[in-house]
Amino acid sequence: MVIIPYLKELDRNESSLISALQETQKVFGYLPEEALEEIAQYLSVPVSSVYGVATFYSQFRFAPLGKYVIKICHGTACHVMGSGNIAQALEEDLGIKEGETTGDGLITLERVACLGCCSLAPTIMIGDRVYGRMTHDKMRKIIRDIKRGKL
Amino acid sequence: MVKLIIDKKEVEVEEGTTILEAAKKLGIEIPHICYDERLEPTGSCRLCLVETNGVLVTSCTYPVREGMEVVTENERTNTARRKAIELMLSDHDVECITCEKSGSCLLEKYAYELGVKPAHKEKHVYPIFKNELFSLDKNRCILCGKCVQVCKDIQQCNVLDFAYRGMNTRISTPFNREFKASGCVFCGNCLSVCPTGAIVENNRKGKGREWELKKTETVCPYCGVGCSITLHTRDNRIVKVSSSESSLNEGWLCVKGRFGFDFVNSEERLKKPLIRENGVFREATWDEALSYVASRLKEIIKDHGSDAVGGFASAKCTNEENYLFQKFMRCAVGTNSVDHCARLCHAPTVVGLAKAFGSGAMTNTIEELENAECIFIIGSNTTETQPVTALRIKRAKAKGAKLIVVDPRKTELAELADLYLQINPGSDIALINAIMAVILKKGLEDKRFIEQRAEGFEALRAHLLSLDLGDALRITGVKREEIERAAELYAGSRRSSIVYCMGITQHICGTENVLALADLAMLCGMVGKESTGVNPLRGQCNVQGACDMGALPEFFTGYQKTDDEKAVEKFEMAWGTKLSRTRGLSIEEVIHGAEAGEIKALYVMGENPVISDPNSERTIRALKSLALLVVQDIFLTETAELADVVLPAACFAEKEGAFTNTERRVQRLRKAIEPPGEAKEDWRIICDLSSRMGYGMSYKNAEEIMQEIASLTPSYNGISYERIAIKGLQWPCPSKEHPGTRYLHKDGFSRGKGRFYCVNHRDPAELVDEDYPFILSTGRVLYHFHTGTMSRKSRGINEIFPGAIVEINPEDANRLLIGEGDRIRITSRRGSVVANARITERVREGMMFMPFHFREAPANRLTNDVLDEEAKTPEYKISAVRIEKCY
Repeated sequence: MVIIPYLKELDRNESSLISALQETQKVFGYLPEEALEEIAQYLSVPVSSVYGVATFYSQFRFAPLGKYVIKICHGTACHVMGSGNIAQALEEDLGIKEGETTGDGLITLERVACLGCCSLAPTIMIGDRVYGRMTHDKMRKIIRDIKRGKL
Repeated sequence: MVKLIIDKKEVEVEEGTTILEAAKKLGIEIPHICYDERLEPTGSCRLCLVETNGVLVTSCTYPVREGMEVVTENERTNTARRKAIELMLSDHDVECITCEKSGSCLLEKYAYELGVKPAHKEKHVYPIFKNELFSLDKNRCILCGKCVQVCKDIQQCNVLDFAYRGMNTRISTPFNREFKASGCVFCGNCLSVCPTGAIVENNRKGKGREWELKKTETVCPYCGVGCSITLHTRDNRIVKVSSSESSLNEGWLCVKGRFGFDFVNSEERLKKPLIRENGVFREATWDEALSYVASRLKEIIKDHGSDAVGGFASAKCTNEENYLFQKFMRCAVGTNSVDHCARLCHAPTVVGLAKAFGSGAMTNTIEELENAECIFIIGSNTTETQPVTALRIKRAKAKGAKLIVVDPRKTELAELADLYLQINPGSDIALINAIMAVILKKGLEDKRFIEQRAEGFEALRAHLLSLDLGDALRITGVKREEIERAAELYAGSRRSSIVYCMGITQHICGTENVLALADLAMLCGMVGKESTGVNPLRGQCNVQGACDMGALPEFFTGYQKTDDEKAVEKFEMAWGTKLSRTRGLSIEEVIHGAEAGEIKALYVMGENPVISDPNSERTIRALKSLALLVVQDIFLTETAELADVVLPAACFAEKEGAFTNTERRVQRLRKAIEPPGEAKEDWRIICDLSSRMGYGMSYKNAEEIMQEIASLTPSYNGISYERIAIKGLQWPCPSKEHPGTRYLHKDGFSRGKGRFYCVNHRDPAELVDEDYPFILSTGRVLYHFHTGTMSRKSRGINEIFPGAIVEINPEDANRLLIGEGDRIRITSRRGSVVANARITERVREGMMFMPFHFREAPANRLTNDVLDEEAKTPEYKISAVRIEKCY
């Protein structure tokens, strides 16, 4: 029983499911299978329902996040300014799709709706920092920096 | 009641009825895909839209209102329906030319009827998710959700659910795991409700289109539930099996009833008679084989008398065949030594309930369990042994019934129970007596019932009050509060049902165990009413029928006693021959008699004592010592391998007849295909043999035999093929007008008053000691049946559960350094077998469990052939064993 300590705050029924999932993700950064099994047992909800709910919401993830999470903005302004190309270039360079993490666990690509910096479109965000007016070249440099541990 | 108008026709229905159901009453069929009357309506497919009051509503969820006017079809509904179909097709792999479902697919049907063409656009491509028995093709799924509902609400396994969202929604197991790893029990009920080809049987692929299949309504040949099944056949082969929604089992089946039919068309089926010559079998003609058997039997009878011959009938054969078999033994051979495997399971029920109530069968019906307030399950692993009965129990529980489960082994129902008593093996009487004592002390007994309907109460009362509860706690190993709670739940509910099985009967005190349960039911007045009773769940498809037909040494048909001179004379008249007055021998007595040289010949029809009987080394020795062993079967079983003559028989799918299920329901079995090679129906073989023995038997067909049975058997008097054509009839059915009997003992017991018996705890015959420190219990698993002759020939099922296992508690395993899957040698005083360890908390420390289906590790080599004195049933449930790890 790894995760039960904070589950104890919750009512032991179906209505606590989403809170339990959120708490679990907070602790692990993602939802490990074992944790979902334990939640199911603790709340007396079938594992299949837990899995159904967890996959329904985009906030939940099933694999650990990379060390660096690159959020690619697909808001209206960024879209118009070519965020699709940025995303595609990133995907090709890293060999992963949006929502996935590189095999070495270094980088996760995440698709987001709007970062709120439309004047800088197209934008990405790494950690707390926003990078504006992105181009393919600028993107490559950032990736290089990440790989060298210089970001 | 509510009046409304549908398509200008007025209809009156009950409040709460949906529009769809009301329309059905008028004979108006509203198109629908996701609606199923057995499930909660969800309104998800949007096809049942109808117009009322100017708006479109889903008729499957919309309740009727007074004065409502409904139009079920107009331009608007059709446009909406077309759109719904278009949307479904937009992400559906339209591959009807190779799809198994084509011809019965609802999406195809409505697309055709509404003239909707598939859109050619990009669709999801999901890999096909295949397991040992069926495949889930998400590309064909239209997300109606019926499979999810069935899995959650009916089977309550919770394997399938919706996952992801929007266009990406799909049906999935948790984490997309294999079915086997997700708790799937492979009932295939999801497959039965799937409207498209998304879930289909693996086996049927390429074997025939829907419209090419011949359908035959018949009865499942596995357990005693007697589910109605439809065999879909083509070119003399079974392609698939389904079950009608209107059947008693509501169309729900278990893994064996849906997928366990490879055996029928197996290459290993016997196709010609075999005669042993110089130690090996050679093929023979029917004429030669039967002449040989007849002459050898006649010789033996001449030299040693009729009682030197024994006969084992079969709970797998029809009523007609069992009737003829016992008639053959009694008339042509001249002995009462005819018995069958009921001896090994529910003989204590037949004896015990006959003593207490006057009739030894399940008192109530399976369906009634659903409305019980309390179900007391003792010694029955219902989810594995009668899976479809277990669905009723699970539904009762979902409706609020209290479940008490008593079992030394923590079964699936034990996990679900409100109260689970993990008693020590063989301590049932101590427990039931203690529960009754508590009921008396608390004044919870039904005084009126006891006074009016039963006798012998004062003696029972004195007996119970003299018992010490402390002793009971020590013997049973359960807590005082648990006994009190069981007493309160059982006696305090308005409708309490007792359900029991082998855990009660397979003990040296089996009959006494049954009597104790009968006492408990009468004490609380829980018999003779709906949803109550004492309900033995019978193991095989026709074990009830084989008993009813008099395939027992002590009874003719319908439990007319062979030691009752009047009954004997009646049958002498009917059968036109002199009958033996000598007491017949039971199965184990015949085996022991053979060993002692008193029994010279044995005729076995569809039984496999080498695997099913206790102490198999001794059984084999006994069978080998016979002068003549004749085995009539569908396969060369382990017993047939020892035979002098083997006669090839037709299986259930190849003959007409009737089975009687656990709830006394006589149901029709129908011929779907021709038997392989020269195999013949058992009844034809018996007739032929009997005539050769000098006692002529000739019947045109099975129906004629049933007419004879009905004429000689009071409880079957009203039964005819015509009357049992659809849902069958429950005996007693004493006349042509009688509607059959749902539950027994309504106004009085068959014997007049019910009788209380005082019984006492007895230690099992074998106790653990230093040399044999474990208790071994045997039983069944979901995936296999009896001696495995049928279920193990079904490939997918055998892949899921391929071989012998032995369950062992983690503590014991730890101590003996045994790991999961390790090879373990288990040894009792009678023999030794090797099986794979399965480490589980289902068994407690010091206890082990082993299924008996597997010839490579026959559990019955270990079991004890000590018998219940009255019923002659062996104590399979308790053997002392020791174990060691194999290296």
